[in-house]
Amino acid sequence: MDVTFLLNGETVQVKAEPTRTLLDWLREDAGLCGTKEGCNEGDCGACTVMVTDEDGAKALNACILFMPQLHGKAVRTVEGISGPDGALHPVQQAMIEKHGSQCGFCTPGFIASMATAHLDGRKDHDDVLAGNLCRCTGYAPIIRAAEAAAAEPVPDWMTDTPPLVDSPGYAPASLDELARWYWEHPKATLIAGATDVGLWVTKQLRDLPDVAFLNRCAELRAISETDDTIHFGAAVTMTEALDKLRAMHPSYAEMIRRYGSTQVRNAATIGGNIANGSPIGDNPPALIALGATLHLRQGETKRDMPLEDFFVEYGKQDRQPGELVTGVTIPKTAPALRCYKISKRFDQDISALCGCFNITMADGMVVDARIAFGGMAGTPHRATAVENALINRPWTAETVTAAADRFADDYTPMTDMRASAGYRLQTAQNLLHRYLAEMSGEATSVLEVTS
Amino acid sequence: MSVTKPLPHDAAALHVTGAARYIDDLPMPGNTLHLAFGTSDIACGSYSAVNLEKVKSAPGVVAVLMADDLPFANDVSPSIHDEPLLATGTVHYLGQPLFLVVAESHLAARKAARLAEVDYIEDTPILTIDEALAAGSHFEDGPRIWTKGDVDQALSDAPHRVRGEINMGGQEHFYLEGQAALALPQESGDMVVHSSTQHPTEIQHKVADALGVPMHAVRCEVRRMGGGFGGKESQGNALAVSCAIAARLTGRPCKMRYDRDDDMMITGKRHDFRISYDAGFDGEGRLTGVDFTQRTRCGWALDLSLPVADRAMLHADNAYHLPAARITSHRLKTNTQSATAFRGFGGPQGVLGIERVMDHIAAELEMDPVTIRQRNYYAAMDAGGLSAPRAARPPEDISKQKKPGQGTRYAGQYSPKTEVQTTPYKMPVTDFILHEMTEALLKTSDYHARRAVIANWNRAEPILKKGIAFSPVKFGISFTLTHLNQAGALVHVYQDGSVHMNHGGTEMGQGLFQKVAQVAAHRFGIDVAAVKITATDTGKVPNTSATAASSGTDLNGMAVANACNIIRDRIATCLAELHQTSTEQVRFEDGQVFVGEARMTFAEAAQTAYLNRVSLSATGFYKTPDLAWDRIKGEGTPFFYFAQGAAVTEVVIDTLTGENRILRSDILHDAGASLNPALDIGQVEGGYVQGAGWLTTEELVWDDKGRLRTHAPSTYKIPACSDRPDVFNVAVWDSPNPAQTIYRSKAVGEPPFMLGTSAFLALSDAVAASGPNYPDLQAPATAEEVLRAVGRARG
Repeated sequence: MDVTFLLNGETVQVKAEPTRTLLDWLREDAGLCGTKEGCNEGDCGACTVMVTDEDGAKALNACILFMPQLHGKAVRTVEGISGPDGALHPVQQAMIEKHGSQCGFCTPGFIASMATAHLDGRKDHDDVLAGNLCRCTGYAPIIRAAEAAAAEPVPDWMTDTPPLVDSPGYAPASLDELARWYWEHPKATLIAGATDVGLWVTKQLRDLPDVAFLNRCAELRAISETDDTIHFGAAVTMTEALDKLRAMHPSYAEMIRRYGSTQVRNAATIGGNIANGSPIGDNPPALIALGATLHLRQGETKRDMPLEDFFVEYGKQDRQPGELVTGVTIPKTAPALRCYKISKRFDQDISALCGCFNITMADGMVVDARIAFGGMAGTPHRATAVENALINRPWTAETVTAAADRFADDYTPMTDMRASAGYRLQTAQNLLHRYLAEMSGEATSVLEVTS
Repeated sequence: MSVTKPLPHDAAALHVTGAARYIDDLPMPGNTLHLAFGTSDIACGSYSAVNLEKVKSAPGVVAVLMADDLPFANDVSPSIHDEPLLATGTVHYLGQPLFLVVAESHLAARKAARLAEVDYIEDTPILTIDEALAAGSHFEDGPRIWTKGDVDQALSDAPHRVRGEINMGGQEHFYLEGQAALALPQESGDMVVHSSTQHPTEIQHKVADALGVPMHAVRCEVRRMGGGFGGKESQGNALAVSCAIAARLTGRPCKMRYDRDDDMMITGKRHDFRISYDAGFDGEGRLTGVDFTQRTRCGWALDLSLPVADRAMLHADNAYHLPAARITSHRLKTNTQSATAFRGFGGPQGVLGIERVMDHIAAELEMDPVTIRQRNYYAAMDAGGLSAPRAARPPEDISKQKKPGQGTRYAGQYSPKTEVQTTPYKMPVTDFILHEMTEALLKTSDYHARRAVIANWNRAEPILKKGIAFSPVKFGISFTLTHLNQAGALVHVYQDGSVHMNHGGTEMGQGLFQKVAQVAAHRFGIDVAAVKITATDTGKVPNTSATAASSGTDLNGMAVANACNIIRDRIATCLAELHQTSTEQVRFEDGQVFVGEARMTFAEAAQTAYLNRVSLSATGFYKTPDLAWDRIKGEGTPFFYFAQGAAVTEVVIDTLTGENRILRSDILHDAGASLNPALDIGQVEGGYVQGAGWLTTEELVWDDKGRLRTHAPSTYKIPACSDRPDVFNVAVWDSPNPAQTIYRSKAVGEPPFMLGTSAFLALSDAVAASGPNYPDLQAPATAEEVLRAVGRARG
């Protein structure tokens, strides 16, 4: 595939296999070895680079970024974060002065994340750097460096203007074109952010001969609103979704703040997180609790369904060959929605379980309840027995205690490396208690406690 | 003075620009080949046939080797030759290398390695501590037992007793740079190996054996590692040996690096332990005797497990005087990765055992755990011991000493006046400073007041609970295999006054090179920028010990100082003769050399020495004095001195989910007279977070087939940025080491790791606030384990 992009300010045109990763290309073909391979699965951030497109600059993991995804974009690696004359970027200078590197292997990735955040004026350093692992420093000096550099001006060389390019065949610009192509290639792989498919290549070593890239398809990237609803195109990234959700659904947004990392959210799409059918994706339980409507398209045929109906069983979704997820629609308000992501580590960790509650009260009585969990079964799905034990009952501790027992009717979780079945079930029950406590104004989040 | 300056890491500017080279970044000849292992899918058994046809015919494959194809030694063990590079018919763990693929690219090698068809004959693996105990699957001849006093009598006489057990998991190193090596074949069968290793001499040795050549035919070079933490003390052998064998076979350069998942499946990790205890104590919480049984899974091969298990025994006392003790150590052989060195090397496990005892005693007596700890500390001088607070010694100018490090142990006016308390292995404790460090830390951390505030907070909060805990560390410094306590250096002064420095220590991020360069600069009175730091190279300094046991600066700093002194003395002698004065009148300061009334630049002095035909190159050597012990009996002086430190950690837990966070940590750590406070504080901060990670989120999970299920960062969770303490106050206790170390500094690599123990104890304290019972918290304290402990506390 022909790919044109800007690399550290210079236009490059390359022919690349569809699943050639940027990291391998940089290190093996371009001779730029500053960007490191730490895990080859997007979890450590040692390969972080800055990618600029029409929406601005963002940090991405080069190890699971396929070359065709870069078409029409600008890439800046650690080598291009110093000035053309070798002048250090403020974050580089600060990292030296604050002793932010020890072994130095993770450092180029940190520099790329920090320089991108510096360009964007971000001060939420813990979130910016959640996807960069350091095993030496304990992070404190790195944060000191980020804070020290914040007030320094952005060097002029950091602003990239992506090249103007035509849409290539592998990345259709319109949904009509894409739907037609997929209808004709039902066995092909659709690649949006590649945060999942990337691992098929880097870890499972699969060949994916027949692929299309979604990132240039305008309709899929669109967010649209009515008075009551908001629609996310399937290729809306989780960063874009998060920006929209903060005011609309703050609890959902707080959960997404912990979803993956900055680099992962910049690539991962809301549609991908649904379409891959994972039982541990974090969006589906929240979306199901919100009563989301899923939109699909096969050729010219469109259909909608409640999201919970899409997940049939583990590994099986209600999606026909050649049919693609085009988007999802949710209500704009749900003040009672609370989303609880439980994982071994707060940031960038796949959930052991993710429970989302949307319970409507009137006059002290439960009038409606939508509760959905991921990580509790082969699919994300609703806790209907619990819901039924709540509806038309007074919203009290007694009701909650009785209803919580019903989780065992809804879910038979499994034991794996993230948690035991017993923990999953007990915690699901306890999360209903947390919901009651939170709605009553009690302190329930360790993330909001200070010394 | 260049010593004591908080200079940045020597390679910091290279790190931040991406210019620092690691093995996989080195420019390679175009015909370099790439290697990958095919590994076992079962944990225990044998195989009747291995069909490699698909592997051999896969695109890009040049050669495929099995054990029978190896020309000489099939051995990558660092100890007793029980670790073949490639399996020889039997399989000992899931992930064991069976064959080696040599291919044109890294990806081609990885892809081909998955294509083998192996007919396994599966046996029942021994995976757990219980299974190994039941099967009698031990290394050595059964358990190692050390005793001090009559522990049975002490326990039966004790007014109070607690018994319990704590399990603590292993730990993946997760060095950001995975294992890697590059071999470049030379003429006449010689081999140059670049390896990401803490132990270049061992790489040289294993490669020489594998090639059937003397060690002189192999040169190993290490500029830097992207993290080591003990994981590159022996685990790099397999890659370096593979590369060398393949390079010999093909005549082409060969490179091997593990993909992260392979790295985690193949290499050893920290030893997990189960420690049970039976402790007797009086009504004030003073121990009268402790009986510890330590059981550890060593994995399938011995590797470094004996000294690791020894060090766990050697730290069973941590900072506390045990009047009577029995320590029983089971070194269990299991069908898992061969557990290996990891920062602390068994010490953290031993320390956690006794810290748990302290906590348990405090809970039994309903006393503040800090008080219990202070009462059990090794005696201070005012209590009749040697180790009481003493006036700080005046700063000592050792620059006039011609042979630093050749002096005697701390003695003379500091000699014992009364009987000195000894460790369970009967070493006198003469440098104990935790009494005053503890008082200082309790004050700066405002421990007592905060403990009261937290108790009130907990009474008001039904769901969230806070906890606070203090823990000390006293860590023995020296390799317990005494002969390893030696180091060499090679220093050249060029006629322009620039200095080339080389020593046997390796740089893995800890800042060793910079600290030692500061020593060299100080010896010559020049700026540290005039000292060229060079890659560790077995061709320059031979017979080196691993950079391990926190000993890097102690050993190599002294060796370099000695080399510098030799050159300095030669220059001084030359200049004194020329100026008709004595060598005592020659001083090296501020980039100048003063000769009586005359002065010149260091470069001029070097030029003058050169013109007068004075050798400006010297080797330096150092060995740690006064070490002698018997590891079988568990008696003697295995350590030169003790490095100490203390931490106070505050946490919060959620009693509904077990989720937990560190809110604040205050640390006071003993670095002696720090050579570089910035780098030392970096070790303390990083060590603490890594130690807290070991005891909280870092959980290794094997399934019942022996397959490690946490083999990537997606499932194995080291601390992320937001996991560091919100408030993180770290200070060094800047007081000269009584032992005669380089500029009276102390080793600082491993000891702070054990300060993470305070985070675990704080979690236990928070759990205890949720119910009446002792929480019996186990490690790692994942959210799930904390929730279980809440259940136990509530009963």
